[in-house]
Amino acid sequence: MRFINWFRFSSPQSFYPLAAKMIPLFAGLAVIFGAAGLYISFFVAPTDAQQGEAYRIIFVHVPASWLSMFLYVIMAFWAGVGVSLNTRLAGMVASAIAPTGAMFAFLSLWTGSLWGKPMWGTWWVWDARLTSELILFFLYLGFIALQSAIDDARRADRAGAILALVGVINIPIIYFSVKWWNTLHQGASVSLTRAPSMAKTMLVGMLLMALAFWMYSIAVSLARARAIILERERHAVWVEELPELKR
Amino acid sequence: MSEASLWSTFGAAVRRDLLLAMRRKSDVLTTLFFFVIVASLFPLGIGPETDMLRRIAPGVLWVGALLATMLSLSRLFAADYIDGTLEQMALSAVPLGVLVAGKVTAHWLLAGLPLALLAPILGLQFDMAPRALAVLVASLVIGTPVLSLIGAIGAALTLGVRGGGVLVSLLVLPLYVPVLIFGAGAVEADISGLGASAHLSLLAAMLALAGFFAPWATTAALRIALE
Repeated sequence: MRFINWFRFSSPQSFYPLAAKMIPLFAGLAVIFGAAGLYISFFVAPTDAQQGEAYRIIFVHVPASWLSMFLYVIMAFWAGVGVSLNTRLAGMVASAIAPTGAMFAFLSLWTGSLWGKPMWGTWWVWDARLTSELILFFLYLGFIALQSAIDDARRADRAGAILALVGVINIPIIYFSVKWWNTLHQGASVSLTRAPSMAKTMLVGMLLMALAFWMYSIAVSLARARAIILERERHAVWVEELPELKR
Repeated sequence: MSEASLWSTFGAAVRRDLLLAMRRKSDVLTTLFFFVIVASLFPLGIGPETDMLRRIAPGVLWVGALLATMLSLSRLFAADYIDGTLEQMALSAVPLGVLVAGKVTAHWLLAGLPLALLAPILGLQFDMAPRALAVLVASLVIGTPVLSLIGAIGAALTLGVRGGGVLVSLLVLPLYVPVLIFGAGAVEADISGLGASAHLSLLAAMLALAGFFAPWATTAALRIALE
């Protein structure tokens, strides 16, 4: 049996065409899951007895929140791999994930406030989840700002990696501190968890949308990683010989 | 390297930074005056009602201390980075982490501790009770070293970077949130009769955690900056 060289695709040169093959696959999956999820969330899922039709924003809001947290961990993982194994591609992938994660964090805050207006009568409450999601958004912005402020790409990768790893240690601390702060200041006047147990179709719709967002994140991150590879390796011979770049 | 010489290295690093700061006192004093001015601006912006001021005092003083510490972060490594001292430190036989710990300690002695000692005087302006003032000082004494430790990571990451001063606030302030919550929370818990010991214990736990991890992360960030 031939030994599989797992490190083959850790070189930008071999990863670049692999990513090109994977992008349509994940983009297609995103469209399929998204179409199924949207169909269930708009036409199959029943109207909520208490919240009426407005609750349907949950199908965007909750998956976006999940992805924003998940992507931060994945980003920190690749950043950590990049700084510990000293691979170039891992750092590129980490910085390719960051904008998508920030976008989902923003989407989660935005849809959350759109949902909060009809439900709680206010755009914003200092609820533990909202506040920690806001801080997560700030952490993403810090990571992107730090990387874009450093001109040397390798140094930007490593500096970003340290920030991402420090952030990952801090996220649970921030979450629990905000949670305790919230319970001390105000009784839990609004609670997302106290909602009646969810109908099964609603859960299915939410999971499908989460899968769609997940596949979308992979496709977009890969596309962004390809662009970063082209930008950083533009002086390499293999880039100059790419058929799509030949004039 | 023996344990005794590590401690003497640590002490030398602290002494050096203290001596440098004493030669240029205005740097240290500017931070303190910033704290005083920020704290005095809040009553002017909000109004002189004593009840209101008493309620917002812990939060205002803690946010002021947090911003003052953050503003003084650039002092931590920037001068040594520009004149090449930092590079010599990294090349020397002494572990860089020990020197970093010494520099952070000196930063706290110059930025954090004076804030904690100054806070009760400002607290009187906000009509805080003597007991609450004592808790405020205790929370600042435990909390400001955490601010210095976490801030050192941000200062090291932004060393020699475009717009470092503004950038460091974006990196560091989200990480300061737990310290702010428990620091100001300790005073409020004491005022409301819940007792501050739980908050102070959590602050001390954060100090232990940051004291262990932060010099290590700062050293790694410094080595990246010096490459």
